Amino acid sequence: MSRRVSVDVAIIGGGLVGSSAALAMRKAGLSVTLLDKGHCGAQASGVNFGGVRRQGRPPEQLPLSQRSHRIWPQLKAIIGIDAEYVRSGHLKLARTEKDFAKLEAYAETTRDYGLGLELVAGAALTERYPWLSAKAVGASLCPEDGHANPRLVAPAFARAAERAGVTVLEQTPVREVTATGNGFVILAGDGIEIRCRQLVNSAGAWSDRFAAQFGEVVPLTRIYPSMVVTEPLPLCLPVSMGEQGGSFYGRQVARGNYVMGGGRGLPLGDPDYSRPSVTAASSVMQRAIALFPHLAHAQVIRFWSGTEAEMPDGNPVIGPSETTSGLFHAFGFCGAGFQTAPAVGEVLAELVTEGRSTTPIDAFSIGRFRKVAVETAALL
Amino acid sequence: MSEPLQPVIVGAGPAGIRAAERLVRAGLRPIVLDEGQRAGGQIYRRPLIEDGRSYRSRYGSEAGKAQRLHETFEALLPEIDYQPETLVWNISAPKRGNQLDILSSGVHRQIGFSQLILCTGATDRVLPFPGWTTPGVYTLGASQTVLKAQGCTIGDRVVFMGSGPLLYLVAWQYMKAGARVEAVLDTAPVTSKRHLLSLAVHAPRIVALGLFYGLQLQLAGVRIRCGVRPEAVLGKGQVEGLRFRRRTLKGDVVETIACDALAYGFALRPETQLADLAGCRFRFNERDRVWLPERDTMGRTSRPDVYVAGDGSGIAGADAAEISGELAAAALLQDMGQRSADTTRLMEARDAILRQRDILERAFPFPDDWIETVPDETMLCRCEEITIAEGRRAIANGSVTEINRLKALSRVGMGRCQGRMCSAAAAELLSAACGTSAGAVGRLRAQAPVKPIPLGFGASAGTETRS
Repeated sequence: MSRRVSVDVAIIGGGLVGSSAALAMRKAGLSVTLLDKGHCGAQASGVNFGGVRRQGRPPEQLPLSQRSHRIWPQLKAIIGIDAEYVRSGHLKLARTEKDFAKLEAYAETTRDYGLGLELVAGAALTERYPWLSAKAVGASLCPEDGHANPRLVAPAFARAAERAGVTVLEQTPVREVTATGNGFVILAGDGIEIRCRQLVNSAGAWSDRFAAQFGEVVPLTRIYPSMVVTEPLPLCLPVSMGEQGGSFYGRQVARGNYVMGGGRGLPLGDPDYSRPSVTAASSVMQRAIALFPHLAHAQVIRFWSGTEAEMPDGNPVIGPSETTSGLFHAFGFCGAGFQTAPAVGEVLAELVTEGRSTTPIDAFSIGRFRKVAVETAALL
Repeated sequence: MSEPLQPVIVGAGPAGIRAAERLVRAGLRPIVLDEGQRAGGQIYRRPLIEDGRSYRSRYGSEAGKAQRLHETFEALLPEIDYQPETLVWNISAPKRGNQLDILSSGVHRQIGFSQLILCTGATDRVLPFPGWTTPGVYTLGASQTVLKAQGCTIGDRVVFMGSGPLLYLVAWQYMKAGARVEAVLDTAPVTSKRHLLSLAVHAPRIVALGLFYGLQLQLAGVRIRCGVRPEAVLGKGQVEGLRFRRRTLKGDVVETIACDALAYGFALRPETQLADLAGCRFRFNERDRVWLPERDTMGRTSRPDVYVAGDGSGIAGADAAEISGELAAAALLQDMGQRSADTTRLMEARDAILRQRDILERAFPFPDDWIETVPDETMLCRCEEITIAEGRRAIANGSVTEINRLKALSRVGMGRCQGRMCSAAAAELLSAACGTSAGAVGRLRAQAPVKPIPLGFGASAGTETRS
């Protein structure tokens, strides 16, 4: 199939970032082509836990996170479905006094960002959450955090973008991308040539190879979540849960299944695919029973894993390329991009149309890794 | 220092038992893991408690084979490490070591294997129709299981529906057991039965038995209908009857039959999740409309230390399963450097059965128009309660062309059965919507656990390299 396309913007990677960016750019009047090597939202955007959580993020992410917080309740109007989004509240437990002190410190640090955190400790905790075992000394509640169905959100953004006039090319891997001086030429799929003025690299765990082609080497590593799902059970868990310093998180979906995660899965021979690890899964299961004694006789019906990208400092890369005019990056969300992604899409649309973001993103510049690379080279 | 790893056989049906026998004969001591309380598998299932019934009354024409297989297994017991009531729910990814995660009496363990022979058998293939989840509707296999293992029937007035030789056999067994068989409803058109003539040349015994069952049922006044498509199970909380349509020369005729139980199924589907977790390559089999692990004529898969045998490697019945179990074990021994003289004879015997299977498939064809006739409100995936309409909507809204995508967007195949029951119908629905073959929509990727495991299992986790 030979085909030539000429557009304002091409986006590599149809995850939640790429597909929400495509929709936002189209709404701003640009012509857009969205490319995905597989299906939109089938990687990190589709296999994550589904937590729509601001609590626990470093302060530099909170402006972006707050912007997204305003988008989530409007999903129905934007993409046609609410994607099972609920503002259930996010309850972060502390197992020890020391951990509780960290929750208190976090609440203090983020006081000005408007998360509305509530600290609950001692008897008040069991009084308020009687289904919780007494194995936690306290908790921090972010009442307006929540969760949604990750399998639905990004595909719905991609379909909405398509309806708005974006050309969505799935199962179309990018084979070659070159800067021409005043734009880019992309060769993709089976003989498709795309010319564009601007280019977005939102290819998730595959982004580093595109960045490297433009001389921007980033220390991206792959991580694999390890998730456990029970059979549907009577509704009992009203909040999405996490733990300070621990590796347990869990929520109960509308259908009744407990979705719980923690630890890491393992890549298969083809590192694009992964499986949950039995070690991680069994520690999640043990922690679940310790926290929720009512699950003692529940059955686990499936595990899942997937591929996510991680950066060494826990922050994503968002912003213009430092080497190539017209190129923008947005990747490396460290297993925590689900909540912020819709705002990242809007930010990318601002960058492309106006050259600047109304939300601060300086902390996410790709340049921070160039500095590290230079300093390391100097030391050597 | 741990002791050296042993070969592990998963499943103690006809294939697993014959594989074990062959390995023992070569001086090995295999570990045999089986979900059942007693060895024998499905077709030669043994009663949980001896009930005094003879082999003849329990297994009919197959009594001799059943008895020989059971006796072989009894004799093997001192030579093997047999672990009944043991579920293998996961296999470590290739290159992560040869390790199985098993659950035995609620206790989780990991055991290693030097080689693995998967004899995981099959389950009934079911397709949805209005009312198929009503209490009192069973699969054909299940209706036979309760008769063999517990000496009871699924109802007093039973209708049997579907396709395949099992349909007539189970109906006949129920009649012999004293149940009233209200009807045998064959979904295959009567014209397809002409293929049995050519089968009579190759396998006169099979055809004679089939005729015998059919004739005895007819003599007893049982209604036998061909070219049937069900319209609905009657009754809300319990089966009260079945309304169905059948094609005649004069056009379609709608009939209603009162009954208190319905057994139905469309041949069998192989249990292949463990081969998938083991990383074996799969290939679509057009005749059986199913994905099977790629294997050579002896049962070697694409993974060097994993072999497959029996119905889990492709539906061919119990006789072929016994042979393929022996062949897989012979392949394992060959790969260890041991020669085996009789593999040619075994392969010839197996191939003769496979040729008969080709003819049987034509006599009892899969109802490939089925899914198009199923009304929208019918349950497609009973674990997740997804209707045909919801499946169709997910396909249309998401431009879905691949079955894992359908699962992600609609939850079909995400529930307790992990698609073991609903994926045949989901693949038919998707391929019909896309206008492609059932193979073109791909296959559901298997995930651990293969069957549900208790959340509390982790508390008792232990590791061993050998039991």
